[in-house]
Amino acid sequence: MDVLTLARIQFGATIAFHYLYPPLSIGLGVLLVVMEGLWLKTKNPVYHQMARFWTKVFALTFAIGVATGIVMEFEFGTNWATYSRFVGDVFGSALAAEGIFAFFLESGFLAVLLFGWDKVSRKLHFFSTCMVCLGAHFSAIWIVVANSWMQTPAGYHLVTHNGVPRAEITDFWQLVFNPSSMDRLFHVLCGAWQAGAFLVVSVSAWYLLKKRHLDFARASLRVGLTVALAASLLQLVSGDSSARGVAKHQPAKLAAFEGRYETRTNAPLTLFGWVDEKNERFLFNVEIPGMLSWLVQGDARAPVTGLDAFPPEDRPPVQASFQFFHGMVAIGFAMIAIAALGFLYFRHGSLPERPWLLWILVFSVLGPQIANQLGWFAAEVGRQPWIVYGLMRTSDGLSKVVQAKVVLTSLILFTFIYFLLFAVFIYLLNDKIQHGPDDADLVPSGKLALPLKPNTNEPAR
Amino acid sequence: MNNFDLNTIWFILVGVLFTGYAMLDGFDLGIGALHLFTRDDTERRTLLNSIGPVWDGNEVWLVTGGGALFAAFPNVYATVFSGFYLAFILLLAALIFRAVAIEFRSKQPMRWWRQMWDIGFSVGSILSALLIGVAMGNIAWGIPIDANGEFAGTFLGLLKPYPLLLGVTTVALFMMHGAIYGLMKTEGALHDKLRRWAMNSIIFFVVCAAITTMATLLYVPHMAARVRENPWLFSIALANMLAIANIPREFYHGRDWRAFLSSCATMLTLMALFGVNQYPYLVFSQPNPLNGLTIYNASSSPKTLGIMLIIAVIGVPLVIAYTVCIYWIFRGKVKLDRMSY
Repeated sequence: MDVLTLARIQFGATIAFHYLYPPLSIGLGVLLVVMEGLWLKTKNPVYHQMARFWTKVFALTFAIGVATGIVMEFEFGTNWATYSRFVGDVFGSALAAEGIFAFFLESGFLAVLLFGWDKVSRKLHFFSTCMVCLGAHFSAIWIVVANSWMQTPAGYHLVTHNGVPRAEITDFWQLVFNPSSMDRLFHVLCGAWQAGAFLVVSVSAWYLLKKRHLDFARASLRVGLTVALAASLLQLVSGDSSARGVAKHQPAKLAAFEGRYETRTNAPLTLFGWVDEKNERFLFNVEIPGMLSWLVQGDARAPVTGLDAFPPEDRPPVQASFQFFHGMVAIGFAMIAIAALGFLYFRHGSLPERPWLLWILVFSVLGPQIANQLGWFAAEVGRQPWIVYGLMRTSDGLSKVVQAKVVLTSLILFTFIYFLLFAVFIYLLNDKIQHGPDDADLVPSGKLALPLKPNTNEPAR
Repeated sequence: MNNFDLNTIWFILVGVLFTGYAMLDGFDLGIGALHLFTRDDTERRTLLNSIGPVWDGNEVWLVTGGGALFAAFPNVYATVFSGFYLAFILLLAALIFRAVAIEFRSKQPMRWWRQMWDIGFSVGSILSALLIGVAMGNIAWGIPIDANGEFAGTFLGLLKPYPLLLGVTTVALFMMHGAIYGLMKTEGALHDKLRRWAMNSIIFFVVCAAITTMATLLYVPHMAARVRENPWLFSIALANMLAIANIPREFYHGRDWRAFLSSCATMLTLMALFGVNQYPYLVFSQPNPLNGLTIYNASSSPKTLGIMLIIAVIGVPLVIAYTVCIYWIFRGKVKLDRMSY
């Protein structure tokens, strides 16, 4: 294989593995804030037990997220040196801002979240939990801003140094609020909240099935299902808005997502199908007439740009984009249905008597993870052949001095390490779940055990 | 050219980030290097928990330093990272292993399990320190760079004696730093053991530092050129030697905290000497010095450097504030409890 293919596989593999963890940290972060907040509000010890248990799971995902994330910070330079020279002025600032504003906040307060239970007061601990959650969200903001700039560049101009062009910032806020960044950020965050919420739902449903830790499981399910349903519904709104943005700013990508070769009015929406890339048509498909035009333009008769508007060398791989995108959308709808069913039966009180639904909930944890992965594949494959949409081709962004055997070595090394990490992660996670929440956590200890009377320490006025 | 322009400020800021990294992650890499010397499980857990709450915040300094380098000097980031490809991949693998080892080790009671992660933690820490030193050594020695600013050497070419010497010196420095940090966080029998190791690692470091200084003066004259031309800059070298000399003194009197500060001052002055002699080069080029990457030919636009400076002015005080808070909350000797690693 050539260097380009290897570099893409290596980068794609390391980032896909990394991306299993940050969504969990972001999503669990929100749930930890909710659980601990409920504990402070209601003083019900089961919420304390929940916060303690899920903090341990959070720590596990966070550690792997950090370890695999450092790789990403270095890999732009190792694999994509020419790209790095081209975009450093723009893209680098977003990464540096991420480090300063997000990672320090997250990792600093994480110490209090994990190890500070007996050392600080309840309120300070809750504050730390909120800061960790905020830091996790900040990191999503900056990295999505950076990636969105690669999708829809804005706020820059091209300047030539020694005959080599590069992008330089003209307007920082245009860069941050580039046409796709807010849509995509919201989409990524909803996906992350779903990932966290469905993990909580899955584990709690399993406890209900096994008739273990029932109080804990019910309380976790209530929080988990509520967040899961809310995030899944928001994801629908965000997905729709995102797709309309893609249609407007990256028409070739939308055409590939939908397998549309021909620019036409009344464009149909293909629900599922198999693309024959060679003959530029579907081998089979099920479609709704006019639906695509209506979805992206708001009018069933409006024209939708097809791939025929682009020369063949500017088109993304159609089959892959189509399948990734449709896979993501299908799972998205399934998650809404699962969350809604779970939520309704839980409110009705009959969820524990429906093992089939509980089993679905147990496996629902895979849904957001797969959809998050497919969504990123679609976003990145759909941007091809560009590394920066319309400005630089992926093949031109490659490091000039790197050899195929070196990239292959690193690919083999990372594959080995990541399989090991994943196996250990699953083993430890399973161990934690089997062990279950600690009953000792029903009784707060240390400083947390102090009565919560906010005004006693303040002098009388 | 104006002597104190944005490029110079960013040269200093990137230096500050990497110095911060050395002073903070330096001690937890050092703890890792010493980890296998302890035999007893409780002692190992105590050492791990001495860095437990802070290690990943410390590692963020490296991540942010990398980000700042990318943003401020993208050509350096691109040339060095693609040029040192294998070395950086090894560094990343080492950092991954030590990071997850800290998290995983105490999660299971089996002996083989803990032994496996102990080795991962220790070897990962030593290898990280060594590779960081080797990278610094190559940057000081000079690497082959072609007219387009691309690296023109090989992986094996990076393993010259001088960079390797700097690698070993870095391991020694971090071991000393870690041992002294450990003294502040432990008590009893482990504390006494650490005193012996601290003594040995101080000697190890002083010997390495002396050899490195001699080698630098003899073989890498450009790394002493600016101090030679501006004798007042010798004050930094003097401060460095005094800081090193003060470590065994404070250590002898049992003032661990002040020994730790002296160790930090040693790193600060070493990095200052490194920076003063590098300036305005970020990477020296050998054999063709004209192709070296400077803070001007490798930098981002003044506008970006300005925006980034605003980000740094807002961000850095916040970072320092909560770093101080976290170290304050977790001050004092380590006590193992059920939240511990």
